[in-house]
Amino acid sequence: MTCTEFLQILDDVLDDSIAVETRTEIEAHLRKCGHCEVVLNTTRKTIEIFRCHEIYEVPTEVSARLHAKIMERCRKAK
Amino acid sequence: MSTIQPVAEQDQHPDVALVAQVRAGDVAAYDTLVRKYERQIFRIAQHITQNREDAEDVMQDAFLKAYEKLDQFQGNSKFYTWLVRIAVNESLMRLRKRRTGKLVSMDEDVQTDEGSVPRDFADWAPNPEQNYTQAELAEILKKTIQGLPQGFRVVFVLRDVDGLSTEETAETLGLSVPAVKSRLLRARLQLRERLTRYFGRKAPAIAQAGAAPRGDGAEA
Repeated sequence: MTCTEFLQILDDVLDDSIAVETRTEIEAHLRKCGHCEVVLNTTRKTIEIFRCHEIYEVPTEVSARLHAKIMERCRKAK
Repeated sequence: MSTIQPVAEQDQHPDVALVAQVRAGDVAAYDTLVRKYERQIFRIAQHITQNREDAEDVMQDAFLKAYEKLDQFQGNSKFYTWLVRIAVNESLMRLRKRRTGKLVSMDEDVQTDEGSVPRDFADWAPNPEQNYTQAELAEILKKTIQGLPQGFRVVFVLRDVDGLSTEETAETLGLSVPAVKSRLLRARLQLRERLTRYFGRKAPAIAQAGAAPRGDGAEA
């Protein structure tokens, strides 16, 4: 497996949807290619960081105000 | 047959019952749905419009529109993906207004090849986010994701942050599955590359030599 081939299936590797046969090839490639190993690990970490850190947090009072407004508009709509 | 029915009911998504209640006139059931998804809808609107005020308006309008059009909801897809589609369209309309009528679409800026091939191979420190305060980290993440073309950003948010499947993301954005996959990969790689500037360890000089991956010609 080349780096290009590895990159082409990186998404499937990250999403854990790789066939068992291919998995052995990937492991062999990663053992000899430090760059691809870094790309895999840091991309995985990238996803994890964005998933775990809410960057657009809504303050509770804003959320309550918006919620009340939505429900008021819905009640009027029917 | 009698053993199959209860299993099917158990498998039913909880939103199906709530939607049915709302359709029967129960506004309180809609309150539950709004509460359940308001944060995600706000987040998606904010990611697309990049503007707090617009995101607040989009969130309200999307929930109101979904409520008014609930009769048109077919139930082939999840209520949530249907709702997201409304929110995405409202967000794009809002952007269009800001840009005084200029056409805005999910295909904007996606022709770029920037970042589709990894260039920086510095490894990251373990838990690199711990070297920053919450506020600093939020700033870094915001700056990083805001730099992505919109068509990549939304795919990444729906698929990786919100956890929709590739098929659901495609359906929600009106894109093909291969288009979603290609955008997702490029979004992930670009974000990784940008975050490496903050989280990467300085690689030793020797490791830098010939810093392209082996077996290359890696243009994706």
